[in-house]
Amino acid sequence: MENTETGERTVETKDLQISMGPQHPATHGVLRLVLDLDGETVKKCTPYVGYLHRGVEKLGENRTYLAALPLTDRLDYISSMNNNVGYVNAVEKLFGIEAPERAKFIRTIVAEMGRISSHIIWLGTHVLDIGATTPFLYAFRERERILDLFEMLCGARLTVSYPRIGGVKNDISQEFMDELYDFVLDFPSRIDDYETLVTENRIWKERTVGIGVISAEEAVNWGLTGGTLRGSGVDYDVRKYAPYDAYGQVDFDVPVGRNGDCYDRYIVRMQEMRQANRIIQQCIEKLPTGPVMADAPKFTLPSKEMILKDMEHLIHQFVLISKGPAAPEGEVYMGSEVPKGELGFYFISDGTGKPYRMRVRAPSFVHASVLPRLCEGGLVADVIANIGTIDIVLGECDR
Amino acid sequence: MEPLEIAENIREKFPEEVLDVREFRGQVSVTLRKDRILDVCRHLHDSPDLFCDYLVDVCGVDYLGRKEKRFEVVYHLYSIRHRHSVRLKAEVPEQDAEIDSVTSIWAGANWHEREAFDLYGITFKGHPDHRRILLPEDWEGHPLRKDYPVKGPEKEWSGFQDVLDRAKRFHEFEWHEPGE
Repeated sequence: MENTETGERTVETKDLQISMGPQHPATHGVLRLVLDLDGETVKKCTPYVGYLHRGVEKLGENRTYLAALPLTDRLDYISSMNNNVGYVNAVEKLFGIEAPERAKFIRTIVAEMGRISSHIIWLGTHVLDIGATTPFLYAFRERERILDLFEMLCGARLTVSYPRIGGVKNDISQEFMDELYDFVLDFPSRIDDYETLVTENRIWKERTVGIGVISAEEAVNWGLTGGTLRGSGVDYDVRKYAPYDAYGQVDFDVPVGRNGDCYDRYIVRMQEMRQANRIIQQCIEKLPTGPVMADAPKFTLPSKEMILKDMEHLIHQFVLISKGPAAPEGEVYMGSEVPKGELGFYFISDGTGKPYRMRVRAPSFVHASVLPRLCEGGLVADVIANIGTIDIVLGECDR
Repeated sequence: MEPLEIAENIREKFPEEVLDVREFRGQVSVTLRKDRILDVCRHLHDSPDLFCDYLVDVCGVDYLGRKEKRFEVVYHLYSIRHRHSVRLKAEVPEQDAEIDSVTSIWAGANWHEREAFDLYGITFKGHPDHRRILLPEDWEGHPLRKDYPVKGPEKEWSGFQDVLDRAKRFHEFEWHEPGE
């Protein structure tokens, strides 16, 4: 447009509001972001969540402690093993029972397998969003091996419900151990493969270094946890700060970043996979013998063999299934380190078989809330990098 | 600091506010009046001995018919430096279901408080973005209240009919084969 008085050309600009999602492939589920744009710059970012809200907390209040376990599979559905482990640990703390040593080691093994498979998905999708296709295909190759192992272990690949209150469903077989050990020996070289493709890649670095920077104090203030927090240089990890299961008995490092940008969070998660592999290896080598279910007849189901043989056990099982194990009155919060961050379960028990209040503290929910802080002032293309780097799953965010 | 010491510290500093201190499985809950919750939280956050820099969680609880004051807002605090934690519970009556927001201390409280508002109907004074979060803006009722049925109310959400109508309309679209 030409200014008639001065003859200069002026450009008329106007702010644009666009809605990214809820069906956008890069939003990892049904996350909707309303972006106010000034050209390529994001002036304001407003996330909308809740498209996957199923009322897990309300459902949990209406189910017994034993029956609410499968609900936790459906929180963060790509690492259901870790959610189960977090849930059963919290319930065990409330009941005041403890799983046998062998069960603790098995849970640690499966939780770390879950961590690897979740991080692999994160890696694949995060780099795919930014434009690298190959690591995605490589990553799914390894994830497939883990899912096959899960299937060998308990028959399910995704919604496993394998850890149970008081232990695990069944013991692990020698065949499983051999396969897993093969995987463990092989996996570090696979991480090397990914890193060769991505870590020093110039395009990758230009897209992630200095993007979505958040300082250590601010990250803690926002309540970030997991790799998202550790990328900023805070070594908070529930596995180290309040060890549960066998984490107190294995040796592992907590990798931390320095700059708190997307690149550091990437490095942290890559290192975490190596550490998870280390933990699995140690657990296999140290695995003690013994039972895999706690001897706590008030809270755990009797074995199938006994139920078929004995009337008392049948009645006992019937009562536990229909009324639920009566928890002592009180309240318990317990956090556990899932791939996304700290997953907390908070139970208020009124002495019956169902929790009076079941609260799920979901890391993805907190991480999604920090998106405006990361995105505002940046470019539209960086929004994609930021969504990938906070590693959210909307099933867990919306509950 | 041991959890009970933290409770003592709060009691010393705010003797009027603390109503009850309870321990269960090594975790301590401090029940408080709601009026000075912001001061208590600021004290816990700023004092160098306590330094609860990480707000783990904020959630509501409904004690319908069980307690005199119907709601409670529960805060889980943790100190990454000192590795200690404490749980605060503020009593909120039904008639005046309102409490100060702690977003000025912990930015992470923002969505947790919105969720408590959405699912329990507790209002947070001074919240920068006080809207529903998980449910649609025009949803009626607060689902996590104990008097809200598990199986939805008979009346459907107003937006749902709109979705059905639209689906029906698109379904009726007539396709023409290219050769016709």
